[in-house]
Amino acid sequence: MEHYISLLVKSIFVENMALAFFLGMCSFLAVSKKVETAMGLGAAVVFVLTITCPLNNVLYTYLLKEGALAWVSPDLATSDLSFLTFLTLIGTIAASVQVVEMALDKYAPALYSSLGIFLPLIAVNCAILGASLFMVERDYNFPESLAYGFGSGVGWLLAIVALAAIREKMRYSDVPPPLRGLGITFIVTGLMAIGFMAFAGIQL
Amino acid sequence: MAKNSEVLLDPLFNDNPIALQVLGICSALAVTTKMETALVMSAAVIVVLIFSNLAVSLIRNFIPPSIRIIVQLTIIASLVIITDQVLKAFVYETAKQLSVFVGLIITNCIVMGRAEAFAMQQGPLKSVIDGFGNGLGYSIVLVFVAFFRELFGSGSLFGVQLLPLATEGGWYTPNGLLVLSPGAFFLIAIFIWIVRAFKPDQIEEE
Repeated sequence: MEHYISLLVKSIFVENMALAFFLGMCSFLAVSKKVETAMGLGAAVVFVLTITCPLNNVLYTYLLKEGALAWVSPDLATSDLSFLTFLTLIGTIAASVQVVEMALDKYAPALYSSLGIFLPLIAVNCAILGASLFMVERDYNFPESLAYGFGSGVGWLLAIVALAAIREKMRYSDVPPPLRGLGITFIVTGLMAIGFMAFAGIQL
Repeated sequence: MAKNSEVLLDPLFNDNPIALQVLGICSALAVTTKMETALVMSAAVIVVLIFSNLAVSLIRNFIPPSIRIIVQLTIIASLVIITDQVLKAFVYETAKQLSVFVGLIITNCIVMGRAEAFAMQQGPLKSVIDGFGNGLGYSIVLVFVAFFRELFGSGSLFGVQLLPLATEGGWYTPNGLLVLSPGAFFLIAIFIWIVRAFKPDQIEEE
């Protein structure tokens, strides 16, 4: 159990998806104007990550990995479909995002319209694909991939909510006009990233 | 209806994908420590953008709205695999350095964003021009950031040492911050600052 908790904490703080690996930046910067929308998108990302990471883990372990098809018949024991990894991962992700999109459209139309183009873009949110790729690369098993997917989602949510809160406060500060909005957000994110570097190297 | 020339030139400064539309930032941070990787990456993104816009635009009337994301992603993923193979065949050394980032074009939101926002509504010719224009806009930012990161971060351009490093008996102490990712953030912020100082209509009101 301890192992999973430490993996969870590590994926939230030490290896924060947004601030340590710079994944999922596009929606991170664009949808962080208000804490409320940031929460909405963050929750959607947590949800999609928690589903896709374990799902991709199952697909990879039982279909794609070298020798993974041995459970079908002994003849396939030498098969290696890992060149299909990329397409399979992105397929799973796109399908899950579509499900989330349809569910939000039906049950939370206000959130659906405020997320706009960035909801379909979750499918190409590098944080989601990145988590699945890291999961494959680090050879996580099923419960580990569940903890890792959930943890990276929470870490991303934490980062985007923190940034949105800073941006809400920043409305009262006197930023040079050409830097207003996106420009100053880049600088704030850079500073946050330097702050999160303090977590690097912490061993649990 | 916008003119073709406007569709081509607008994304360079007036509607830059990175500086104004906030698309494709992850890779802009990852591949810009060197000029060479930035240029190859730009070329790859331009090619993928043109062909994905063309393909999506051609079949836009046959894609059911509820499964459009999967259709677009399949097109993009196939194009990226082809690009990856071509790069491996012809510029093997650079492709080896880029391998992860070429795969990341799939998750580069410029490609998907343009397919969704432009190619789904416009004819094939305009979509191709839009893809090319946005690819160029992306490249400008990439080259700008890579130029300063490589020159001041490691004192070289295209791998040729221009500023002799202090560690090797020269006079230049490289700026380590620029090699780290926060350096790229600050440079993109400066790029936005410069562009918006000359184009005041892009300034955001908050």
